[in-house]
Amino acid sequence: MFDVLGVPPQVLFGQLLLGLINGSFYALLSLGLAVIFGMLNVINFAHGALYMIGAFVAWLLLNKLGLGYWWALGLSPLVVAVVGVLLEKTMLSRLYKLDHLYGLLLTFGLALIFEGAFRHFYGVSGQPYPIPDLLKGGQNLGFMFLPNYRGWVVVASLIVCFGTWFAIERTRLGAYLRAATENPVLVQAFGINVPVMITATYGFGVALAGLAGVLAAPIYQVSPLMGTNLIIVVFAVVVIGGMGSILGAIVTGLGLGLLEGLTKVFYPEASNIVVFVVMAIVLLIKPAGLFGRER
Amino acid sequence: MLKSLLCGTALLAVTAGAAHAQVTNNVVKIGVMNDRSGIYADLAGEGSAIAARMAAEEFGNKVAGAPIEIVVADHQNKADIAANTAREWVDAQNVDVVADVPNSAAALAVQGITKEKKRIFLMSGPGSTDLTGKACSPYGFQWTYDNYAMAAGTARALVEQGKKNWFIVTADYAFGHSLEDETTKMVKQLGGKVAGTVRHPLGTSDFSSFLLQAQASKADVIGLANAGGDTTNAVKQASEFGITQSGQSLAGLLLFISDVNALGLQAAQGLMLTTGFYHDMNDETRAWSKKFMEKNGGKAPTMVQAGVYSAVRHYLKAVEAVGSDDADKVAAKMRETPVNDMFAKDGKIGPNGRMFHDMYLAQVKTPAESKAAWDYYKIVKTIPAQQAYLDPAQSGCSLVK
Repeated sequence: MFDVLGVPPQVLFGQLLLGLINGSFYALLSLGLAVIFGMLNVINFAHGALYMIGAFVAWLLLNKLGLGYWWALGLSPLVVAVVGVLLEKTMLSRLYKLDHLYGLLLTFGLALIFEGAFRHFYGVSGQPYPIPDLLKGGQNLGFMFLPNYRGWVVVASLIVCFGTWFAIERTRLGAYLRAATENPVLVQAFGINVPVMITATYGFGVALAGLAGVLAAPIYQVSPLMGTNLIIVVFAVVVIGGMGSILGAIVTGLGLGLLEGLTKVFYPEASNIVVFVVMAIVLLIKPAGLFGRER
Repeated sequence: MLKSLLCGTALLAVTAGAAHAQVTNNVVKIGVMNDRSGIYADLAGEGSAIAARMAAEEFGNKVAGAPIEIVVADHQNKADIAANTAREWVDAQNVDVVADVPNSAAALAVQGITKEKKRIFLMSGPGSTDLTGKACSPYGFQWTYDNYAMAAGTARALVEQGKKNWFIVTADYAFGHSLEDETTKMVKQLGGKVAGTVRHPLGTSDFSSFLLQAQASKADVIGLANAGGDTTNAVKQASEFGITQSGQSLAGLLLFISDVNALGLQAAQGLMLTTGFYHDMNDETRAWSKKFMEKNGGKAPTMVQAGVYSAVRHYLKAVEAVGSDDADKVAAKMRETPVNDMFAKDGKIGPNGRMFHDMYLAQVKTPAESKAAWDYYKIVKTIPAQQAYLDPAQSGCSLVK
């Protein structure tokens, strides 16, 4: 067998696969951010907190109502979407005419409040959430042991990512949405209710975060801090991909997951900064991001 | 008879009056500094402040005629914030003693300041042996555990079971490095070997990559030289990737009861760990813990929180005895007095500031064995203080002659 820089290929394949799994989470979260930024021009800093709420709703459904993983997969994003719609209607919608900075500050504040509230009631150590029976166990791929659940995460997130991309870029509804961001007044003149569409978009974007939360619950501890740990990386992903670019968010999310996986083999200490190094380089060379358009 | 009694009372009154005058600013101020919002908030956090208050209450919130005041601060696991807070406490707020400070990087920063400003530093949270080694201070006391004790307890137990080939997953900062170092030394000293190590950033959520590297090493034991949320995520994911099922043992080199609670017994069962305290050991620990749990939302004390109580209590006893909050006099008194409370029996403070007390090797119970909430540990054996901790002569501390 040939080694790559002293690393056996089995190890390398294993790490690449793991990178793909982490990349799926990045893709799913950055997709929601990109949709929200693209359509609403809001930098949604509460995304991580809503991801955390998605996981907590799953945990509460299981422990308070006895509803298992598959119920949570449907209900939890719905709950998060409702929370999102309320936020948009009562607060965010007042800020659209102002600078981006106000939306960022508001959502950042909301994120701190959500996290603080959950920390107060549940502590920081987190709560255990079991892997659903159907997805227990794993496959021996020869070069590594792949838990079934992780395989499921990749498949689920790829389906959702592709579905979202298709809905926005290839359907009539998506065309309305894109038109509404370009020129809301004109689109409204054609008889389309733009404010409702924007609210729905925000609800959908945060529902994606909620879904990612449910997918993450059995892998990580369901903890109030889980969103903070991830959100900064996800922001970097969106910036690298190009703010508001749907395809950019998906491709960059997966790509950076892979890159991080490789870093963990060759120089693990740097695994939490490699994404930001890439971000700095991309911003220097292509300020609008890899897939973004100059505005 | 009556006369001598009167004389005695008068003498007492005089000394009490004198003592009163000896406490600067007429208040003994205890600053409990730790992580109150991040990954170590459950193992220390507000619980440590509660423990300090319980110690103060035992003295009626008054010592040597002066009231006891307890202030708290969040160092957010950042050494610079810890250093700034300590400076402000000492310079502007007249804090007499800093307590707890988990996170060795933060504790090393505070140790430097308390040493320079002559303030007592009661360390319950941090694990680095440097704090009583090359960075020791005449005013610094490391109370609850240290990385040597963790390595000596857990590593020795496993190596003696014949598990000699180790792989260590380390948190990449002062504490993790020190724990990795102590474990490596102990494993080698007992005839084992360390096949490899990998270092991960503090606050990692996905451990699968590091665990696969550990798995590929074919080591008998995967030692986790990290703490708090990092350890729980690693243990949880190790069972997901079938590591424990395939015959490799997992050893949490620093595992707190709050971590075991977060993992749930299903995932944590069978783990071996070393601890300085367990609430369900005897009537005394049970009584104290019951009181603590009432104040702490039903959560049992971790060894760090129990250690804060013991350290603050010992400090206050010394202040009472010398009738002053002068750091030199109090430190001398603390060193010469044995520690006897619900936490430690006949504990002794070494010349390097290490408090020597018995440690316990414990194993996490299975869900079937656990009869009540927080009924998590079987105490496998008691590790006598002299065996549990490093001999001060070998600590590298300049105070040891």
